[in-house]
Amino acid sequence: MKKTVLIWLAIGLASFVLLPWHMTDDGLFDQGWIMDGVAATGLFGSLAGQWWLAPAGLALVIATILQLTIPEPVKRARLTLGTAVAGLFFMAVQGLIIVRAGPRVFEGLLTGDVIMAGQAGMGAGAGICAIALLFAATISLSQAGKGQGDAFVVSTIGLIIALVGIFVFFPVIHILVRAFEVDGGYSLTEFFPRFFHSDIWGLGCLIGPRSCGVAINSLFLGVMTGLGTTFLGLTFALIFTRTDFRAKTVLRVLTVLPIITPPFVIGLALILLFGRAGTVTEFFADMLGWEKTRWLYGFWGVYFAQLLSFTPIAFLVLIGVVQGVSPSMEEASQTLDADRWQTFRYVSLPLMRPGLANAFLLGFIESIADFGNPLVLGSGFNVLSTEIFFAIVGAVADPAKAAILAIALLSLTMSAFVAQRLWLGKKSYATITGKADSGQNAGLNPVLRTICYAVALPWAALTLIVYSMIIFGSFVKLWGYNHSFTFDHYIRAFGIDFSTGRLTGVAWDSFFTTLTISSIAAPLTALVGLSTAYLLVRQKFVGKDAFEFSTMLSFAIPGTVIGVSYIMAFNFPPIELTGTSIILIIVFVFRNMPVGVRGGIAAMSQLDKSLDEASITLGANSFTTVRRVILPLMGPAILAALTYSFVRAITSVSAVIFLVSAKHNMATAFIVGRVENGEFGLAIAYSAVLIVTMLAAILLMQLLVGTRRLRRTDRVQQTAKAA
Amino acid sequence: MKKLGLISAAALMASGVAAWADEISLVCSAEQDWCDQMVGLFEAENPDTEVLMVRKSTGETLAQVRAEAGNPKIDVWWGGTGDPHLIAAEEGLTQASGVDTSELLGWAQNMAEISNGRAVGIYAGALGIAYNADILTEKGIAPPECWADLEDPRFEGEIQVANPNSSGTAYTELATFVQLFGEDEAMVKLAAVGNNVNSYTKSGSAPSKAAARGETGVSIGFMHDMVNLASQGFPLKVVAPCEGTGYEVGAVSIIEGARNLEGAKKWVEFALRADIQSQAKDVKQFQVPSNSNAEVAPESPDLASIKLIDYDFATYGSSDTRSRLLARWDAEVGDPNPEQ
Repeated sequence: MKKTVLIWLAIGLASFVLLPWHMTDDGLFDQGWIMDGVAATGLFGSLAGQWWLAPAGLALVIATILQLTIPEPVKRARLTLGTAVAGLFFMAVQGLIIVRAGPRVFEGLLTGDVIMAGQAGMGAGAGICAIALLFAATISLSQAGKGQGDAFVVSTIGLIIALVGIFVFFPVIHILVRAFEVDGGYSLTEFFPRFFHSDIWGLGCLIGPRSCGVAINSLFLGVMTGLGTTFLGLTFALIFTRTDFRAKTVLRVLTVLPIITPPFVIGLALILLFGRAGTVTEFFADMLGWEKTRWLYGFWGVYFAQLLSFTPIAFLVLIGVVQGVSPSMEEASQTLDADRWQTFRYVSLPLMRPGLANAFLLGFIESIADFGNPLVLGSGFNVLSTEIFFAIVGAVADPAKAAILAIALLSLTMSAFVAQRLWLGKKSYATITGKADSGQNAGLNPVLRTICYAVALPWAALTLIVYSMIIFGSFVKLWGYNHSFTFDHYIRAFGIDFSTGRLTGVAWDSFFTTLTISSIAAPLTALVGLSTAYLLVRQKFVGKDAFEFSTMLSFAIPGTVIGVSYIMAFNFPPIELTGTSIILIIVFVFRNMPVGVRGGIAAMSQLDKSLDEASITLGANSFTTVRRVILPLMGPAILAALTYSFVRAITSVSAVIFLVSAKHNMATAFIVGRVENGEFGLAIAYSAVLIVTMLAAILLMQLLVGTRRLRRTDRVQQTAKAA
Repeated sequence: MKKLGLISAAALMASGVAAWADEISLVCSAEQDWCDQMVGLFEAENPDTEVLMVRKSTGETLAQVRAEAGNPKIDVWWGGTGDPHLIAAEEGLTQASGVDTSELLGWAQNMAEISNGRAVGIYAGALGIAYNADILTEKGIAPPECWADLEDPRFEGEIQVANPNSSGTAYTELATFVQLFGEDEAMVKLAAVGNNVNSYTKSGSAPSKAAARGETGVSIGFMHDMVNLASQGFPLKVVAPCEGTGYEVGAVSIIEGARNLEGAKKWVEFALRADIQSQAKDVKQFQVPSNSNAEVAPESPDLASIKLIDYDFATYGSSDTRSRLLARWDAEVGDPNPEQ
């Protein structure tokens, strides 16, 4: 253990002496920074007048000396911990105060020419120093006896807290303080009347003809969508695991389709089907003489589109959980003379609670943070996410209003989160125990099966129709008006000049950027998400609830707010990232990480702790236990996290729109531009290509990750074939 | 993981952050095809220069320029309606380009004047009414000819227009009514039109798209957008209101603190040239170009035949007037179901 600390300290020192402390314009591998007269590493920088860089190096040196000289382990650990934390603190403070441009904190604290000249953003040297100090601190903390002395666990917690702090809290604070801003200062008293204004929380729609406040609209929509998607997701999951339905693969693809659909496309397709001039509307108007109405525009349209879009998320969370419910329990119930309905109602369903709760929470949060559907279909039905967007980019920009609405949105999320915790309570839902269990899952009782079919199959059919429309739309000249067949849209987007081998299509650039960035972001997201889930389910530490909520934060904040706050926070030193592809990757990782966390938690709460304990008893450390025992059992959760974060990175719009730059443009930003332009054909053709690409990628991932074998065969009772 | 990130961050800095002298970072708020065409033309003329272009709407661009103030990553902002450009000028987010505006038409010079040379007009587009010919025929409704027609109950539930709180297009409409009829009368008329409005959309271009697809019968918006939609094959007819109408001026601005100021100036000069502006029609852009020598597309709404009001950008572009008018709009016209 002492060795590990020393290794980290050595790495830190090496980077302090050898690597450029600041960001360099020409990149790390260009050697310009060495030649530049003033050597740019931490050590030479601090000798050359940038004295504020010294504390970090000093902390590394002192910590190393402490490690080598003090024999008594606990005292050594405590002193090292103190030194490393102090070093990190000084690094952060100097980074925030001494900047070349942009806002500084504690402006009056330090003055002088050298300081006013400022410094560029932190670079490789600073980054590695910070990591070294962080790990030296966390390992020492574990050596001092915290966290059951488990260095791996403490370091992971430390790293995740640091990452979430830097990439979630730090930017979000930039925008939330705006809520308290009044002319030339900050005020708490101004905040409350604005926050509790009837525009936000008004209940006018319940008692009269007026509109409700936007937060009430969002809340209502969120609860309805959460319930709806959980219910639909459950019916699909049950059909998959508890019936011998023949066309499961088709169903599987259909349930995944909406999730991989770029935004606006579902809304657009719904308008073309169910809008006032839509195909279905026209059909019923002609057949039955119904009035053509604009029912789609408003709450019902948004709700409809959200159900289509978010049911797959519920399904992805629930499928793992429903599969995981142990047959032994169900068999025990049946042996005790319960019928299949009673077994389902009193045994299976309660065991699915973590899945149901997480699916609901995700559906709720997705719904209130959703931006595309309300924008396209909302009409007079205003929700928080669109109001926030237009408070930032509308004709009258009002960041204070945006911040207040964002806080309203956060308070909704927090309430949902608390409600979910209360409902789950402190019961155990572990059903995968490692004990022999060769049983078969009970099939659904006939009534329930009929209900599931009756709900899920029409829904699947509807999805199928919507998607055929989309494919159809990409091959016709002008969707809705001129249905002559054409390849024009595809050629414009993805044309290749075969004589020169040049890619002439307008979409190629953004297509490759999108794929590259998403494939980098997806595994990172899964890694961060699942390690967080592991900590939350398996480890006990102080402030765990707050930690759990903070990991959900970035998901709950609408993309627009995240996008703008990222510009505010990362356009200036100490961390300057705007205009790079890194900022896109980071925004995806931390925005989508909660899905990994939720899925991971749901799956992991089913794994009995005795599995870990057995592994630890046999002498494995917690890292090995994670790798050899937990990970293999987490297949579906890993797959869900990978798939979802990959897909979300490709399809998200609102956060990305502020962060894309000329060199790193994303497909969705491109598509939105085309939709704004009214070029639906090109937009849909591009979307169709993205959908196919994502489908292929998902299938590939499924092959790579493999399926989890819980039992010798995952059979359903009275089923001839193994599923 | 973070380590890897930082190393590649450092490696990517070269390509990502640093704007070299021969790179111009451009945000384009016009339509994508036009943006692509402009970049292509510029790069063909200046083979040593690479234009890094990204398309963003004016609202998004303004939000980004504000957030980046002090360390901007954008050099020049081309296209998009003039109001956000004027706001940026007012807030000191953009700088004077010092280009020669003598060849430009009066309204373009006017824009440069009120913004102290920070925003220069590149095109103009008149506000108008569009209707879906199929729907009105089917319902037996006579097409509108004047703003006053829109108050008629025959259009009940058929009109769509954007909300001026979120859309610059709708604010132009509000300001046009005020300048045509006087403030009090304008509010009465807007409220009367409001009785026929089926929804106030967020985005300014949404109503005309809805009218094109038959989701609404009548829309209010910019005529060049409507002409563009009609040219795609939608049964959309464009009307220049008989009382006269207002217009927008699209602009180009150089961001304060631009890293490549020389390149940005070169772009502005380029964008104002007659031969360049004449080519906009090749990508179906039907705005009226600001250079008096530029060719106007035959499909373009002919500004000479439209009764254009003498739109007062200085007054109606200012934040004070804007907040006052919007507050009155909220109180007297507002959404169909106001929360009181």
